[in-house]
Amino acid sequence: MSPICGGHNLTGIFMINYFFRRLFTFVLSLALASIVIFSLVEIAPGDPASFMLGINAQADTIAALRAELGLDQPKISRYLAWISGMLTGDFGISYTYRTNVTEMVGDRLWVSLPLALYALLLSTVIALPTGIYAAAKRGKAGDFTVISATQIGIAIPNFWFAIILVGIFAIKLQWFSAGGFSGWQNGVLNGIASLTLPAIALALPQAAILSRIMRSALIETLGEDYIRTARAKGLSSWQTIWAHALRNALIPVLTIIGLQFSFLLAGAIIIEQVFYLPGLGRLVFQAITQRDLIVVESVVMLLVFAVILVNFIVDIAYMLVDPRLRQDSI
Amino acid sequence: MKYHFKLLLSAGILAASMGIQTVQAAKTSITIALQLEPPHLDPTSAAAGAIDSVLYSNVFEGLTRFASDGAVIPGLAKSWEISGDGKEYIFHLNSSVTFHDGSTMDSSDVKFSLDRARAEDSTNAQKALFSGIENVEVLSSDKVKVTLASPNGSFLFNMAWGDAVIVAPETIGEIKTNPIGTGAFKFSNWVQGDKIELLRNDQYWGTPAHLESATFKFISDPSAAFSAMMAQDIDAFAGFPAPENLVQFEADNRFQVLVGNTEGETILSTNNKMPPLDNVKVRKAIAHAIDRQAIIDGAMFGYGTPIGTHFAPHNPDYVDLKANSNYDPELSKKLLSEAGFSEGFTTTLKLPPPSYARRGGEIIASQLRAVGIETEISNLEWAQWLEEVFRGKDYGLTIVSHTEPMDIGIYARPEYYFQYDSSEFQAVIEALNVESNTQKRSNLLKKAQRIISKDYVNGYLFELAFPTVANAKITGLWENAPTQATDLTDVKWTD
Repeated sequence: MSPICGGHNLTGIFMINYFFRRLFTFVLSLALASIVIFSLVEIAPGDPASFMLGINAQADTIAALRAELGLDQPKISRYLAWISGMLTGDFGISYTYRTNVTEMVGDRLWVSLPLALYALLLSTVIALPTGIYAAAKRGKAGDFTVISATQIGIAIPNFWFAIILVGIFAIKLQWFSAGGFSGWQNGVLNGIASLTLPAIALALPQAAILSRIMRSALIETLGEDYIRTARAKGLSSWQTIWAHALRNALIPVLTIIGLQFSFLLAGAIIIEQVFYLPGLGRLVFQAITQRDLIVVESVVMLLVFAVILVNFIVDIAYMLVDPRLRQDSI
Repeated sequence: MKYHFKLLLSAGILAASMGIQTVQAAKTSITIALQLEPPHLDPTSAAAGAIDSVLYSNVFEGLTRFASDGAVIPGLAKSWEISGDGKEYIFHLNSSVTFHDGSTMDSSDVKFSLDRARAEDSTNAQKALFSGIENVEVLSSDKVKVTLASPNGSFLFNMAWGDAVIVAPETIGEIKTNPIGTGAFKFSNWVQGDKIELLRNDQYWGTPAHLESATFKFISDPSAAFSAMMAQDIDAFAGFPAPENLVQFEADNRFQVLVGNTEGETILSTNNKMPPLDNVKVRKAIAHAIDRQAIIDGAMFGYGTPIGTHFAPHNPDYVDLKANSNYDPELSKKLLSEAGFSEGFTTTLKLPPPSYARRGGEIIASQLRAVGIETEISNLEWAQWLEEVFRGKDYGLTIVSHTEPMDIGIYARPEYYFQYDSSEFQAVIEALNVESNTQKRSNLLKKAQRIISKDYVNGYLFELAFPTVANAKITGLWENAPTQATDLTDVKWTD
């Protein structure tokens, strides 16, 4: 057996080993997250049955409703029922809405997912050129303008942007409606139109952060030896950026874009309130006030799952891309 | 050139005639917004007022019903006879009433609905409304007899509540997502988190509705409510959540603003068992320390009617007792020192989410501080409030609007969260419950108001106002809110 062949086998084993270690971490994180989520939601004061029946309800009525909802069961058996249901894709029945949680979440995802993607697209389209421009003009007036604008973008909360956008484009100009979602069944363009103002409000602060990351990553790359070599062989500054620097500078930027996607999916609660969009964030917010525990648990768990899954995929992708990681895993 | 001019001219005429056409054909649909979305669509098994706000009178009807002025008028029952001893009610039902699925509504549905509401495993949030019923008997398809254990002067009133609407046994299993009633509108579609759509019921037994369809939208955020109305995305907003913006709508001729009254007595609820609040002198001192008008102006931007007892001021039996607790900080300080608290004391003030409580709470805290009473303010969510304050009775003071109509009877329940225990008051309510003579009932109600006012059970602040903002061309909306309802049966567009 040649040493090269042996090396291949060895790398294969290390990769499988690495994969299973990541998979184990992935499953363990999910299990721990489910326990934390369930416990937190259960500890929070407030009873769904009392909330639904209000202040005139008699004690026996509340007890009857608790039994109907299965809230009289011990906590541990409710936890196990929840977990085993989720493993088969059944998130249970909402306490207040009395409909299937899986369906409810599915409906809301049709708003939240496109909104997150739309905002991410806008943020990337705005941020990358601005960041590259600022890095190329480092220390000059253009750079200073970008830095000041992004500072403002980071400082101003997105809901405030939202209110300003509504004031201008919905109330004054009447180009868009002030909120609500027309539904995809009334045409894709209508759907996109009703998500435009919310997506802009979400995207601007994200774009400010992303363009700063783009700028600093590119500036750092531009200081590398190989860039000097590229310039020395006669490439112009823009040619160097396009051909050599940009690809390397994009690695941290992509990581941030991944994080921003998780944030946009889970963090649009306030924007969904301001534009009264039927998205996931508003569902969780309502479920928390109504103590619709099963919905809170399931949606939060789903979001945690999405974030952990993205991290897992990133980990695996790193291993495939970066040879050093394979060595480190020995 | 000429040709172009002709074309332009004819296009102009065409556009103008189209314009005239749209003006002539009045709109037959409405988009109306509410702040809260119903959790589900069964008015007979939840306290959520939002369910009634969408469905009461529109989709579901009871034997009797509330009119827009709060009067109890015939509903599905066209008339009734009451026996001499006041225990037996024979209801004559309207004939030819059908449910939205086409099945007939008859006395067996009435029996089913009432028996279901009072059953042992009932989840009716107002089960007490039915507790006096001993038996429900079907006499014929359009005649039903209800026997009470003892006479109850407010039985017909109780039957008008949204919790007492008539439902059918065949469709009860699906009621939470697909409500089938007898009303002038039938349920069409619910996009959860967004809207509920109703269509006119063309087989309606009574006067048909003017509108062909209605869409309810749910907008909880006050600034979003303002924007949606201003951008005219919605035609009306019932229970507009931003009183600070009403002036702006009043000044704009595209809109009309209706400010009606409600059954919501907003009170500074007081824990009558927690020292030093168990001392009537201390409670009296608190009452005189409060400047109601300042709270109405500061927290509600002037919308609200001051009250001096737990009773709706627009009710003919209301007694004006504000003088018992007029704003007099000097008297308040004097009472405190007489009670042995010349140095003041500290208590808790727990506030639920509505703005009347959060804004009002800050104002009350500063008014109490002026006479030496310190309050520790904590903001609670509704679920927490129910657990800590309402059920746990772990509070000194709180601010709540009691929105149930004619609910002075809660003061007769010593275990109720303000823990007021007066045998004198309880006797009045016991007498009231079995009294059906109008004049005697009125006297008892007045006596009840006087007792709680002079016992300073709670701080009586103001009757909640009900603001509706609507397109100026809409008529027929309820101005007042005698019960939580957005009755659209008489709503139409004028041109």
